[in-house]
Amino acid sequence: MKELKVTPIRNGTVIDHINPGMALKVLRILKLPKPETRSSITAALNVPSKKGGKKDIVKVEDRELDPREVDKIALIAPKATINIIREYNVAEKHNVRIPQNVTGIVRCGNPNCITNQQEPVAPQFSVAATDPPRLRCHYCDRELQDVAEHIV
Amino acid sequence: MLDEAERMLPFARGEKPTRAAQGRVLGALFFEPSTRTRLSFEAAMARLGGTSLGFAEPGVSSVSKGETLADTVRVASQYVDAIVLRHQHEGAARLASKYSRVPVVNGGDGAGQHPTQTLLDLFTIRREKGPIEKQRVGIVGDLKYGRTVHSLAHALSRFGAEMVFVAPPTLQMPKDALESLREMNARFTTESSLEKVVGGLDVVYVTRIQRERFPDPEEYNKVAGTYRIDAELLAKAKKGTIVLHPLPRVGEIAPEVDVTSHAKYFEQAFYGVPVRMALLSLLMGVEVA
Repeated sequence: MKELKVTPIRNGTVIDHINPGMALKVLRILKLPKPETRSSITAALNVPSKKGGKKDIVKVEDRELDPREVDKIALIAPKATINIIREYNVAEKHNVRIPQNVTGIVRCGNPNCITNQQEPVAPQFSVAATDPPRLRCHYCDRELQDVAEHIV
Repeated sequence: MLDEAERMLPFARGEKPTRAAQGRVLGALFFEPSTRTRLSFEAAMARLGGTSLGFAEPGVSSVSKGETLADTVRVASQYVDAIVLRHQHEGAARLASKYSRVPVVNGGDGAGQHPTQTLLDLFTIRREKGPIEKQRVGIVGDLKYGRTVHSLAHALSRFGAEMVFVAPPTLQMPKDALESLREMNARFTTESSLEKVVGGLDVVYVTRIQRERFPDPEEYNKVAGTYRIDAELLAKAKKGTIVLHPLPRVGEIAPEVDVTSHAKYFEQAFYGVPVRMALLSLLMGVEVA
C-alpha cells in the first residue's frame, strides 16, 4: 500500500501543538485556503504528541504570519509553537503568547454591548485566564463564552 | 462618599442653601427614559447651585439623525462640567468616558451597572439601620435579570453584610454572580420562600419581577403573588425591619405598607439627592460649606 507522507516545506510556517480539533479554526484565522494560492497547506488532526496526548499541526508553505495572526492563534491554541521554515530549516521557533490586552481581534459576544453598535471603537478585552483563555469585555464586563467563534 | 452624602443632607433638603457649584453645568444625556435617576441628578445639581441641560429621550437629539454616542459625548462635553449618561447598551458609559473631556457618571447602561443606585441603597441602609456589616439583607424578586441587584450584592458583600437571595429558582442569582461572591468570601444563602426568612431580616430589598420574562402569564401571576409584600407578611417581620425598593413598583409592595414604619422606599428615593450631590461635588471639585 502506498503511504502518503507529509512532505517537508522549503519556506513557510509550521504551527505545532495546536489544541486537538482547532486546526481548521487556525486555517480560518489565516484565511486559508485561498482559491488563487498555489502553495501547499497541510493540516494534521488529532495526531499523537510527544508531550503526551493529541495535537493538531498546520503547515503553510510560502507564508509567514503577522503578529495579529499570531495573537489570534494564541487565543484558540495557547500551547501552539510557531516554526518559521527557511530553506528546509527551522529559522525561528517561538511559543505563542496571549497579549495582556486583547484589542481589535475578538468581538464581544454580547449583542447589546456598546462595541457591537457601530461606535468607532475597537472591542477590547482583559485576559482573566490564559489556558483555556478567558476574556472579559472592557466595556460591558461580560465574559466571552466561546472565544474561537468571536475572532474577527 | 457616604460620609460626604451625610454632610449634604441639609443642603439636599433645602434647609441650608449653597452656591458652591454656581456657574457649573451638568449634562444629563438620557437615551432611555428614567424618572428618578434624571430628576434626582438634576435636583442634586440645582441644590449645589449649578444647572443642568440635556435630553430625556434620544428622539429629540442628534442621535435620531444617526450620530454615534462617541460624537454626541465629544460635543456635549464641550458644553458641560460633568456628564450623567443613561443608555440602553451595556458599556456605554465606559465608551463615553473615552471620548469625553469631562467626568462621566454611569446612570445605568442596559442590563449592566447602575452604580449611583447602589451608592444610594448603601446610604439608605446605613442611615436607616446603622453599620452595614451588622445587617441581614434579603434581596427579593428578579435576581437573574435585575440590573441593580448584582452591583448591590457586590457592594453589600464588600461592607460585610449578610445576604439572603430570595427568588423562585428560575429567577435566582446567576451562577457566575454567586461564584464571584464566593470568591469575595461573601456571607449569603439562597431561598425561595420569603415567608420563611422574613422574620430574620433587617432589610427587605424588593425588586420588580418583570412580566415579560415569563412565557406563561399564569406562571407570572403565581410568582408575583408569592413575593408580594403586604401587612400580613410584615406581621412576621421584626419591628425595625425596613423595606426598600428602587422603584417604580408594580404591585410588589401593597399600598397598605406605605403607612407603616417598615416602608423606607420613598426616603430611599430622596437619598438619591444627597448621594448624587456628594458625587457631583467631588467630580467637579467644588467645596460645599
